[in-house]
Amino acid sequence: MSERVAIIGVGWVGYRPSTPEVSYKELTYEAAVKAYADAGVNPRRDVDSFITVAEDFIEGTSIFDEYVPDQLGAVLKPVHTIGGDGLHGLATAHMLIRTGQSEIVVVEGHSKASNVVTLPEVTAYAQDPIINRPLGLNTDFIAGMEMNRYLFETGTTLEQCAAVLVKNRRNALRNPLAPYGADLTLDEVLAGPPLAWPLGRYEAAKHADGAIVIVLASEERARSLCDKPVWVIGVGWCNGAPSLESRVWGDVPYIQKAADMAYRQAGIRQPHLAIDFAELDDTYAYKELQHMEALGFCRPGEAGMLIEEGATEPDGEMPVNVSGGSLGMGNLLDANGLARALEVVLQLRGEAGQRQLDEVEVGLAQSWRGVPTTSGAVAILSN
Amino acid sequence: MTSKIKVFPGTPLREVDFKEGKILYRHDEMNGQYAWDTGIGIGSYLAALKEGVLLGSYCRSCRRTVVPPRTVCEWCFRPMNSYIPLKDTGTVNTFSLCYITWDLKRIKEPEISAVIEIDGASPLHGIMHKLGEVDPEDVHIGMRVQAVWKPADEREGAITDILYFKPIKEG
Ligand SMILES: [Zn+2]
Repeated sequence: MSERVAIIGVGWVGYRPSTPEVSYKELTYEAAVKAYADAGVNPRRDVDSFITVAEDFIEGTSIFDEYVPDQLGAVLKPVHTIGGDGLHGLATAHMLIRTGQSEIVVVEGHSKASNVVTLPEVTAYAQDPIINRPLGLNTDFIAGMEMNRYLFETGTTLEQCAAVLVKNRRNALRNPLAPYGADLTLDEVLAGPPLAWPLGRYEAAKHADGAIVIVLASEERARSLCDKPVWVIGVGWCNGAPSLESRVWGDVPYIQKAADMAYRQAGIRQPHLAIDFAELDDTYAYKELQHMEALGFCRPGEAGMLIEEGATEPDGEMPVNVSGGSLGMGNLLDANGLARALEVVLQLRGEAGQRQLDEVEVGLAQSWRGVPTTSGAVAILSN
Repeated sequence: MTSKIKVFPGTPLREVDFKEGKILYRHDEMNGQYAWDTGIGIGSYLAALKEGVLLGSYCRSCRRTVVPPRTVCEWCFRPMNSYIPLKDTGTVNTFSLCYITWDLKRIKEPEISAVIEIDGASPLHGIMHKLGEVDPEDVHIGMRVQAVWKPADEREGAITDILYFKPIKEG
């Protein structure tokens, strides 16, 4: 049994609006080969268990675990799919190692969003079939309603939400993995077309294709295999009430609970002091502000001021989404959490190139499964 | 246990209740459209089918030829080394006589599903298809079969470019 768990290898492909030259299997294979080379492991010999995060409706194939083993080197090995975000997969890998069940575990997430021709229609299938779906609304309406109530309760402004988009897409310009880098002004964002008012079209992350593979190991194996282990010092996850009729709309208490769980494991009492930088879910621009507050980086209603002051810029006190986030890198569906974790790993190893932050020791990755869910996860990593 | 219970509590539903709208009934057709990128491996396979060729791929480290071709060998995790055209003949590994169609209609003449180990591929490597021009009673494991192709101008690069496999007449 291992008390500590480390990330010993990462591999990725993408991210791009479309990847017509390869199948999702070939995309994943490329990310897996990179991750195994990075970790110095042979999947056929060394890896004890494999986890993939995927949603059958998005893949267009049910019982998706069936299609995973070949491209991961997992044939005749323990494999399972989690219908959750990448950080749920990371949490499961953490548990497999902590319990002593496995010593080396691989987590895989991918997006072939470009292959889902009717993504809004498929997403609508996440709505309650009897009392919500018959209304026939595009699922983005849920983000619009949540944003509206969040602004109402906290006094956060449309400008502050738009500032998230401006920051993240500008950050993406310095990230070779990010396809949606842009130098926009607040006015350009605010003048954009509405999606589900008050949410603007530009403030919803565009989708991208990509694959991410992460190799985790027990302390003993990590020390012998890796000279730059990144330790998973806390991981938590939580779901809120699914009901649209009676959920908390202005706030995301499930993210707060997920963070509490991770902070407790990491022994963190004052997150804004203990954490050097964060990669947060920003699949809609306002979510980054809402998530900062739920994570305890500031009090409710203060995140908007922090972004105006530049506190979350790469050179600010608490850089948020220096990678460009989902707004800059693209919405990778269930692989989003792994994209967040990947950036934290690269920063903690000092391998983030042009966007490298100085002297970082503790980073936080947070994910949300998107509308209509109240499903989120948090991982805290340290070098 | 349940055989002792004469009457189950609750309200039974009858077909007529649906017809007369006595219950809340909602018909929903999912609009799930996918444009899967077939990629290098399966893309090459489909392109070859259009030309009337069965394509496999070869792994030098495992010395195995597999079909359909793929870019990675699932046994050694090395990239495949080459693509190899195979014969369109083979041997039935296993089969089933299917008396119910995919949408649950009972049929008198069975559809015959089979895995056919293709000549030139390594043992246990075959393709999933159907058998035709054969009496169901004559089908057996180990039976030698050959592909029956669609006419060249009707092929579209799909698994259905092969209509079925039929027995090879011995001698
Ligand atoms: Zn091989």
